Amino acid sequence: MNRSPGCVSIPKILAWGSVPRGTWSLITDLPIFGAGLALCYVFILLARYWAGPFTPSVDISRSPSALPLYAVYSLLRIGVAYFLSLVFTLIYGYVAAYNAKAERIMIPLLDILQSIPVLSFLPGVMLAMVSLFPRHQLGVELGAILLIFTGQVWNMAFSFYSSVKSIPRDLREAARLYRFSAWQRFVQLELPYAGIGLIWNSMMSVAGGWFFLMACEMFVLGSRDFRLPGLGSYLQTASSAGDTHAILLGLITMISVIVILDQIVWRPLIAWAQKFKFEQVESSEEPHSPVLRFLQRSHAVSVVSHRFTRPLGERIALYFAGRERAPSATGRVAQARKWALRVIAALVAMGILLAVVDALRLLAGLSAEDLKALVLGALATFLRVLCVLLIGTAWTVPVGVWIGFNPRLARIAQPLAQIAASVPATALFPVVLLVLIRIGGGLGVGSIVLLLLGTQWYVLFNVIAGAMAIPSDLKEAAAVFRFGRRECWQLLILPGIFPYLITGLVTAAGGAWNASIVAEYFHFGGKTISTVGLGAAISQATDSGNFRLLLAATIFMAAFVVTVNRTIWRPMYGLAETRFKLES
Amino acid sequence: MRRPSGHCLAFSCMLPGIWLEEGHRRPVTLPERRCVEPIFEARRVEKFYEQPDGSRVQVIAPTDLAVHRNSVVALLGPSGSGKSTLLRMLSGLSKPSAGEVLWHGKPLDGQIPNVAIVFQSFALFPWLTVLDNVEAPLMARGMSAAERHKRALRMLDTVGLDGFETAYPKELSGGMKQRVGFARAMVVQPEVLFMDEPFSALDVLTAENLRGELLELWLGKKMPISTIFIVTHNIEEAVLLADRVIVLGRNPGRIRADFAINLRHERDRKSREFVQFVDYIYTVMTQPEAEVAASPLVPHERRRRSRPEPKYQMLPHAKPGGITGLLELLIDRGGRDDVFRLAGQLHLEVDDLLPLTEAAALLGFAGVKEGDVEITGDGRAFAEADILTRKVLFREAALGHVQLLGQIDQTLHAKADHTIPIDFFEDVLDEHFSKKEIERQLETALEWGRYAEIFDYEPDSGRMILADVGAQHPEGPPQ
Repeated sequence: MNRSPGCVSIPKILAWGSVPRGTWSLITDLPIFGAGLALCYVFILLARYWAGPFTPSVDISRSPSALPLYAVYSLLRIGVAYFLSLVFTLIYGYVAAYNAKAERIMIPLLDILQSIPVLSFLPGVMLAMVSLFPRHQLGVELGAILLIFTGQVWNMAFSFYSSVKSIPRDLREAARLYRFSAWQRFVQLELPYAGIGLIWNSMMSVAGGWFFLMACEMFVLGSRDFRLPGLGSYLQTASSAGDTHAILLGLITMISVIVILDQIVWRPLIAWAQKFKFEQVESSEEPHSPVLRFLQRSHAVSVVSHRFTRPLGERIALYFAGRERAPSATGRVAQARKWALRVIAALVAMGILLAVVDALRLLAGLSAEDLKALVLGALATFLRVLCVLLIGTAWTVPVGVWIGFNPRLARIAQPLAQIAASVPATALFPVVLLVLIRIGGGLGVGSIVLLLLGTQWYVLFNVIAGAMAIPSDLKEAAAVFRFGRRECWQLLILPGIFPYLITGLVTAAGGAWNASIVAEYFHFGGKTISTVGLGAAISQATDSGNFRLLLAATIFMAAFVVTVNRTIWRPMYGLAETRFKLES
Repeated sequence: MRRPSGHCLAFSCMLPGIWLEEGHRRPVTLPERRCVEPIFEARRVEKFYEQPDGSRVQVIAPTDLAVHRNSVVALLGPSGSGKSTLLRMLSGLSKPSAGEVLWHGKPLDGQIPNVAIVFQSFALFPWLTVLDNVEAPLMARGMSAAERHKRALRMLDTVGLDGFETAYPKELSGGMKQRVGFARAMVVQPEVLFMDEPFSALDVLTAENLRGELLELWLGKKMPISTIFIVTHNIEEAVLLADRVIVLGRNPGRIRADFAINLRHERDRKSREFVQFVDYIYTVMTQPEAEVAASPLVPHERRRRSRPEPKYQMLPHAKPGGITGLLELLIDRGGRDDVFRLAGQLHLEVDDLLPLTEAAALLGFAGVKEGDVEITGDGRAFAEADILTRKVLFREAALGHVQLLGQIDQTLHAKADHTIPIDFFEDVLDEHFSKKEIERQLETALEWGRYAEIFDYEPDSGRMILADVGAQHPEGPPQ
């Protein structure tokens, strides 16, 4: 009955082959109905809570029984933030890709926004949201969501933009030639083409969301103390109280949520997205997901798809096709649109100008002492990031190459490393700090360990991938010519993994700068532990509501990151793309 | 803006006519052409790119062209002659820099006429099934799902893809993919079917098979199409399929010949007439600079094209090894052979062979005349020499005949440190060629210059270094 061999074997193993067909589909559909019901319930719960009166500092319970609800709150926050990021990404990327004038501003802007640490957005976003909804919990909640959003959105927008820009000319021409409506072009060409990149970046973004959850759910802003019920605030409360038991419980919950999310959302998505791979020949090895197969075989899903999704898609497509065929907008409408755009652009420009003037006025009051502290802090953080990269490279390169050269080892090590990497390092900070304080190290060195914890994985993954990508004929050549260990590393391995190593280091460096904010300044056991650094300066400024210092420190960090990207990483990237590219 | 029909009358008075090409004494009767307005017409259409300094790089010189109903028109030309650019301007995909394209007498205003294109790369959407790919253009026209389905299935049936509806393109072989491409193009019932090298990405047998089927569909009037316009670099393909062949020259792209092929289908590749046509096209294409009589089809006043001003010499993109190989083969074949036969012998497409013959001619190693290549004394000496002597001979020939290499050599000698960044010559070539062509020109110049040991090139610094200097000071430029 089933043609594909994979599908035949499963019912046999499970001895469910004898269950009548109708019953079988009912059984498979039950979990889907259940999931739908649970989702509805959670939304109602959330709506009730959000509409509730404003309570700036909820008491965060440390009881384990609060954990499930907290997990749901955090998950939803990340989910809503992700949804906003997706909408923003599609619009921003689309406009930047198609409007050459806007592109010239939007892309550099994206580059800068990407290098601004999440927490620098905190005071502005939070105060704006709270004043927008002064009476409801929604305000603080939206603030937290927007913060998570600022941590997620930039790389997604960048990925979508560059995918749309790189759509092959022939496909574009085919779409134009056959008079695709804008909608059909979007659904059948742009979105599928950008699909895989968007999904991978979404995964990374959501991981980033978990990373900053602790900072976003509980923070002090000047005299005000904001707390939102969630996993992040639970962990932070537990670590402030020094409650090791609660820390561990919170950590386990968070890791479980992340692993489950990976299994039921990302893996199926990635397996499903394989059909968007832009290839003309089928590749031999494809990722697959049991959950996806389950969904694809489910009766309920196929009913929804046939009765609802597809007819709806059809309706929309035909509606847009009809609109497109109708005589195009008359000259007057086009003229009006043009003017409206100009007015909007002018307003935006004016707003930016005002903000810049305001910011400059604010910065003018900066004392020489503050400036000196900032420069010192920037140098300290820079050295710390450098240390992290060096240590990270020093251990991940040999280990990564070793793993990559042993396919059997790689098969075991890779999923383990993936889980290890998916654990947000911020959640581990309390545990690490506990150990560090016991052995008597300060945060000056301790923050390096913390940063390392958060960023070394990018390097490791990339090195493993690079080592695995070295063609075996080159390895054989090295063996035939009896390369010694040194020649092997110098002539084969290091040049071979170079492009991958650079990619890993760029990601790690960006992550390290951003993480310095949480790693250099920490509330722990009722005390504030901090060290000299730009990240600490930003955290401290936020805590004390010193906007002048916050702005200055943020500009410092953004300038530093952008400069380093332009002067060091970009040329390295160029080298990796040209000289060290292994052509297949 | 329609022209008075008198213009059209004058046109048909010349037909049918007899056209005698000098040296080939081959009578060509032109097909009787009814006096109808063309489907589309290009008037002084050209394409150029403005450089920042105000000069312009001409890609296609002002071109006139009219295409009528019920014909298969083949556009032939070497690579870089702007075939695809012309096709895109005619189909409305790209706007001409000057001049206009008329469809049924009306200018195109950024609109796409009722056309379809079969792409060399197939341009199928890999995430859509075969059926969805064929249905997509119909969906864009707002057709209901049932009707779409019916038409797409019928078209898939016509091209022989029954039973593959639910497959994804990546599961299909190249030939099958191009069938989907055909089905998608024909399902919209285009007035003109454009094809951009539709068989070039396929292997020889598959291409042959598909060509045959295309012809069968066309002759059997099974295609809802009024005219086919096919761009190709395969001469035999053009003669096999087309009723009319237009040959483009390059730098800038311009029509060099435009004539009818009135052979009856199925055409026999071995027949005398077929070979004569193929030979004639080779003759035109192997003499890129000669002014060939286009064809009487083109009215007299249109033939008077502005002669392009003296141009910078263009290097054919051939490798020294290839040139040597060609010369050795020529010696084996008695020093002279027909280009067409050579191409067959070497299993090379014209696009690959022509640069070799052009390069040999440029270096003075061979002469090209009436579709034949003949080796010269220099060429013989070069081909029979040993490896090191060959380099010396190549160097002499290159410095003597190749403008760009001569310039590089002089500049390097003139400079005190005998090195110069390659960007310098990019600027020199800037006003003569497009960006892409400059890259290819320099690439070829590097290849030849390095082989001839005129200079060395360091990719890291992007500098050229005079060869003997590099040899004297292996550590770098002199102090």
